[in-house]
Amino acid sequence: MAGGATLTSGEYIKHHLTNMTFGQIDGEWRLAHTAQEAKEMGFWAFHVDSLAWSLVLGLFFIWLFRKAAKTVTSDTPSGLQNFVEWIVEFIDSSVKGSFAGKNYLVAPMALTIFVWIFLMNAMDLIAVDWLPQIAAWIGHTAFGADPHHVYFKVVPTTDPNVTFGMALGVFWLMIYYSIKVKGLGGFLSELAFHPFGKWGLPVNLLLEGVSLISKPVSLALRLFGNMYAGETIFILIAIMYSAGWSLGLFGGFLQLGWAIFHILIITLQAFIFMTLTIVYMDMAHTVEEH
Amino acid sequence: MNINATLIGQSIFFFAFIWFVMKYIWPPLINALEERKKKIADGLAAAERGKHEKELAEQRAKEELAEAKKQAADIIAQAQKRSNEIVDEAKDAAKEEGDRIKAAAQSEIELEVNRAKEQLRVQVAAIAVEGAQKILKSEIDAKKHESVLDELAAQI
Repeated sequence: MAGGATLTSGEYIKHHLTNMTFGQIDGEWRLAHTAQEAKEMGFWAFHVDSLAWSLVLGLFFIWLFRKAAKTVTSDTPSGLQNFVEWIVEFIDSSVKGSFAGKNYLVAPMALTIFVWIFLMNAMDLIAVDWLPQIAAWIGHTAFGADPHHVYFKVVPTTDPNVTFGMALGVFWLMIYYSIKVKGLGGFLSELAFHPFGKWGLPVNLLLEGVSLISKPVSLALRLFGNMYAGETIFILIAIMYSAGWSLGLFGGFLQLGWAIFHILIITLQAFIFMTLTIVYMDMAHTVEEH
Repeated sequence: MNINATLIGQSIFFFAFIWFVMKYIWPPLINALEERKKKIADGLAAAERGKHEKELAEQRAKEELAEAKKQAADIIAQAQKRSNEIVDEAKDAAKEEGDRIKAAAQSEIELEVNRAKEQLRVQVAAIAVEGAQKILKSEIDAKKHESVLDELAAQI
């Protein structure tokens, strides 16, 4: 438990759920020392931990797959190539199953989303205190910071900024391809004259508008909600370790069980995000019949 | 839980990674998969073709074997026929040659016999003359008794 006895359970949870935020406060750019300061930094602040982990994991994904892609052969594949091909084939069949149009972006996007989100989610399986403790120690010894004020959240997908960042990326691509395929008029008429024809225009706009906006929101919130809840449960279990050895032992079993169950959730959430992206892209490419 | 510029940063990462994957990772991997798929299909097709060809070849070999057997039988029959002919011819030739040799020998024998007869006649004549001389105790004038002698000789 970070900081030992000086933190109450509430503070402990709060500490774990606060990002390391870099932004402008009182005219100077620095890390926020408290959650309050992070809030005061406003929009132009960055969650250093989320961004760094998402970047590192993304680069790891790129590095691994690029390594396989460079030596790829159609002859007998090596171990790494086998693994990569297995994923690629899985993504390819998912895309072929749900995406009817012709677009060379969709399959690579699905691959990126699936593996990247899976890796980011998988950070959840690392015991909740390890990386924040290390960060606190580094922050304290290297930068002289108060260890209680070093915030470090290691699961990027528990940060709504990250999930919304990706969901909005999908959203823009959706709109871009909708307009590209159907034309601006086609896209707008789909919003305005569907599903009730031109006499139901306001209702149409409202319905279609809501369904359009709900796509990225549901994408982002579903992933964020699942991962945030999972992370919170890990933190709650971790609190048990400070409440005597019997409860601690019980907590250990709970953590193991939850982690095993969580393997399913992290994979499933990555898969759902990917599949919905493919479906949304497919909707952007097909002209709906009236 | 504050919404801030992290969102923009994440979007930038998102597009950058997708771009990289689309450009440098997806195409080689999917091409290799397609290529392998094609290779396997080709291999299967080739195996199928090979099997078919083998069947054809077997069929052809069977036919050829039957043909060869038939030809061999023909050749043997022909050879037998020819050998019979040769034997017959040889028999005929041998017979002819034998007859010829026999005829030649016969004529020679006759010739010898005649010659022996002639000699014998001459000798008998001489003996007769000698005998007669001894009986007559005189010489017989060959010239005088030529006709007698000849007659005698002819009788012998």
